[in-house]
Amino acid sequence: MRELSLNVMDVAQNSVRAQASLIYITVTESDKEDNLTITISDNGCGMTDEQVQQVIDPFFTTRTTRKVGLGVPLFKLSAEQTGGSFDIKSKLGEGTATTASYVKSSVDMTPLGDINDTVKILIQCNPDIDFVFTHSTDLDSFTLDTRELREILAGVPLDTPDVLEWIRQFLEENTQNIYGGAEK
Amino acid sequence: MKSLAELQAIRDRARAQIELRQENPNAAKVLVGMATCGIAAGARPVLNAFTEEIAKRGLTKDVTVTQTGCIGICQYEPVVEVEVPGQEKVTYVKVAPEMVPRIVNDHLVNHNVVTEYTIGAIK
Repeated sequence: MRELSLNVMDVAQNSVRAQASLIYITVTESDKEDNLTITISDNGCGMTDEQVQQVIDPFFTTRTTRKVGLGVPLFKLSAEQTGGSFDIKSKLGEGTATTASYVKSSVDMTPLGDINDTVKILIQCNPDIDFVFTHSTDLDSFTLDTRELREILAGVPLDTPDVLEWIRQFLEENTQNIYGGAEK
Repeated sequence: MKSLAELQAIRDRARAQIELRQENPNAAKVLVGMATCGIAAGARPVLNAFTEEIAKRGLTKDVTVTQTGCIGICQYEPVVEVEVPGQEKVTYVKVAPEMVPRIVNDHLVNHNVVTEYTIGAIK
């Protein structure tokens, strides 16, 4: 994967398949602490301890169309190659939380990439699932919570093109802000 | 900054149109393969290109763009399936964003399959 945001899109789809109705995506960056942490957590069907061990194995997949499952192994590799860490916590019937922690200054650090695009596409393709996206830096942080948007939209779907455009601009403006860019 | 008031205005505008949107059983479907293999091969810009091209042409009521999983032909990713009601499903392979306007124009608008981009042409 060329960008971590692509790993996020991939792993978030495991949550979709686990019948989650609410998915949290949290990106916390700190130059001071030389760390970037990504957490994807959901309220989906969860896994047993044995299954958690299996998903880390590239030769395990629940699919029948092919014999390998690289989503989680690639995400794990991306973190561990920087000297960071990787963890999956899951409870059957309650949900799963996947955390990847990176050493930002490592030469093997993959760029975060366009995380906003990932969030927008996840909402676009799964308009019935709620997403809570939080991105923070040393300077500031912001959250996009589709439950709040849904309340205002009162029945208008989240994947309406104008709504998606609003989401795109909201993410872009707030991202500029937390990176210290000029406010519009 | 984007405000929630703006979102309310979007809601009111969308509500006026929403019935049209739901009453289209003949909408065509564009399914972009977005499993690990598709994403790694560059499916995300392809999905965005479809969304943009379809919005640009005012086809949002006639075509839905969404993602699908891996259909088992990872070596041909990014894979895009186009379903026009009443016609056989068409599978496009190794799709790049530059190919998208032609697929939208020829296939979705004029109902002519772009044969050279299909899996049949590559195999």
